[in-house]
Amino acid sequence: MIIAFWIILTGALVAVTCGMLGCFLILRKMSMVGDAISHAVLPGIVIAFLLSGSRDTLPMLLGAGATGLIATFLIEYFHRRANLQTDASIGVTFTFLFAVGIILISGFAGEIDLDLDCVLYGEIAYVPIDLWVTADGTVMGPRPVYILSAVLLIVALFIKLGYKELQLTSFDPAFASALGISTALWHYLLMAAVSLTTVSSFESVGAILVIAFLIGPPATAYLMTHDLKQMLAITAVLGIFIAFTGYWLAYWLNASIAGCMAAVTGLCFTAAFLSLRRIPKPSPTASEEPIG
Amino acid sequence: MDMQALLDFFSFADPNVRYVVLGNVLLSASAAMVGAFTLLQKKALVGDAVSHAVLPGVCAAFLFSGSKSIALMLIGAFATGWLALVAIDYITAQSKIKKDAAIGLVLSVFFGVGMVMMTNIQQSGNAAQSGLDHFIFGKAATLIGSDLLIFAILSLVLLVTVSLFFKAFVVLSFDRAYAQALGYPVRRLDLLLTSLTVLAVVTGITAVGVVLMAAMLVTPAAAARYWTDNIRRMVAIAAAFGAFAGVAGAYISYAAPAMPTGPWMVVVSSLIAFGSFFFAPKKGIVPRQYMQWKNRRVITDENTLKMFYHLGERNSHFGTARELKELINSREVAEPLLRATLRRLVAKGMLERHANGWRLTDEGYRKAARVVRLHRLWELYLARYMDIAADHVHDDAETIEHIITPEIEQELEHQLGYPDKDPHDTRIPKGGAL
Repeated sequence: MIIAFWIILTGALVAVTCGMLGCFLILRKMSMVGDAISHAVLPGIVIAFLLSGSRDTLPMLLGAGATGLIATFLIEYFHRRANLQTDASIGVTFTFLFAVGIILISGFAGEIDLDLDCVLYGEIAYVPIDLWVTADGTVMGPRPVYILSAVLLIVALFIKLGYKELQLTSFDPAFASALGISTALWHYLLMAAVSLTTVSSFESVGAILVIAFLIGPPATAYLMTHDLKQMLAITAVLGIFIAFTGYWLAYWLNASIAGCMAAVTGLCFTAAFLSLRRIPKPSPTASEEPIG
Repeated sequence: MDMQALLDFFSFADPNVRYVVLGNVLLSASAAMVGAFTLLQKKALVGDAVSHAVLPGVCAAFLFSGSKSIALMLIGAFATGWLALVAIDYITAQSKIKKDAAIGLVLSVFFGVGMVMMTNIQQSGNAAQSGLDHFIFGKAATLIGSDLLIFAILSLVLLVTVSLFFKAFVVLSFDRAYAQALGYPVRRLDLLLTSLTVLAVVTGITAVGVVLMAAMLVTPAAAARYWTDNIRRMVAIAAAFGAFAGVAGAYISYAAPAMPTGPWMVVVSSLIAFGSFFFAPKKGIVPRQYMQWKNRRVITDENTLKMFYHLGERNSHFGTARELKELINSREVAEPLLRATLRRLVAKGMLERHANGWRLTDEGYRKAARVVRLHRLWELYLARYMDIAADHVHDDAETIEHIITPEIEQELEHQLGYPDKDPHDTRIPKGGAL
């Protein structure tokens, strides 16, 4: 039972952190940047691994964070300076970085004990055994839970303190500039937060679930409300619900936990989509009658 | 680079080399062709969604048949890939969710479902399941003859279909409404292009894997966009870039067997793309910056010549030599920049160095007079036809004076009735020598 608790807690922490940032990504029509970052971190991880010779968390986070930011910079650079359309800019950049990562892994195959599968799928099932043990031998619980809690705290503080700026630059960049708010600064701050979250989450949950959590709950909440604060709240609640249900579904099916959480995310969206889709039409029966 | 390996490789004596090269060229060229159209429709990332979405289809085919039949897996992959694209279109059409969010959502959910099915297969302990990994991470070098035949046929289907419907796709990509007005079956063409995209992904995915498949569609097309505005040429260039990357990837993994083919194909085509973004004539970053820099220089040159003209106007003597100080006083300009400009104008024969400063040559005078003339003609035009007050027309004229062509100049003169004076009542210079 304690295992279930830790796994659900980890999933919920990732879901809430990703979801809150995802709300802003969706509003900025930049959802796929999260996808790009979560893949582009691969070469950073490999290089950090080669340089430090270990799987310690800190070098990995630094390496991954660095390539994550390089990816956002390149995407922005090609878009602005070379007039490349955004989606193409994203597609070209992250596939290039991911390919470099795979080549590095193949080239140093003897020295690297990195499983490509785990980059995509993560290993949330191993979270409970990755324990943090202090110097005097006290077991403090799973290490990822502490790291992810810290990240959630940082992201929550970032959104709380920069709420007005994030909101303005997302909804009306021109007005924000007129007020003297730097759209570029807030763009890169948001991207840095996304990089940090992606990088610290994917080791435990994998790139795919990071994308599912970045986009799924905010997209569902976006269907349900017009208010940003409500959207953030619904996203957080949904994230916890998905982590909980996803785990028990996986337990019941004896299948991939990350996969089940992503599938439940899809179910939530589908439910919201189907129940809310018809609302704009006043009377569905009337429209079926022939006109005149 | 090993010369012998290069010769061995390009002699194509080894049937394996022949298979891999032929397979790679067909896969990447046909993917790049389809990619050109998805790029133009601003759907560059749908390839990413489709490539992730094939996983549940592949797993389902495997679960149903219990064997690693490549044909069945391709059918399964095609089915879920197609479903994913339809889902993206449906979500964006029926709700306020934008394309980017719909793509990301469909991508992760379909892949998640695939992961669930995958764990199921792994637990069943079926030994043949190892083949599924090829679908996810790509293993072009393991293509064998019979598989290759399937891929070759699929690639040919893609190439032929795109060629047959080329004109319709062009109209569809640029102007939907126009395509509709011309009587093209827009919805059916959309569906066809969607199916071709899925087919391209399904065909290419065994070579490069789920994540990198997006690159096979987007990267060559994005690079080709920088070399031409003609869509026929763009598609051809994209296919050529893709084919080149295919050969290069095959060669690299032949020369260094530890190296994976797919990722190298992607890296090679990315490098082509980066090269195009930076150096493609006209549209590349470097040529564009160079043009801007050249334009700025022309403007500085013309403004400097104008300084001589304005100073000359004061004492009605345009041939007087001017000192540096006099020039700086007449118009705010940084001294190093002014010195460099003066040197350049001397080299161009517009100015000549004199004992106490610089003076206009005949050619320099003509040029200066023309710029001033255009400035004043434009001021007059704004004041007369746009009803802008005389004290508001200067700034606009300051920009346009560097741009007006002789044809526009003639037209302006004609419209203004060959005037002598500008709105500030200063004389508009005619041509002629000093």
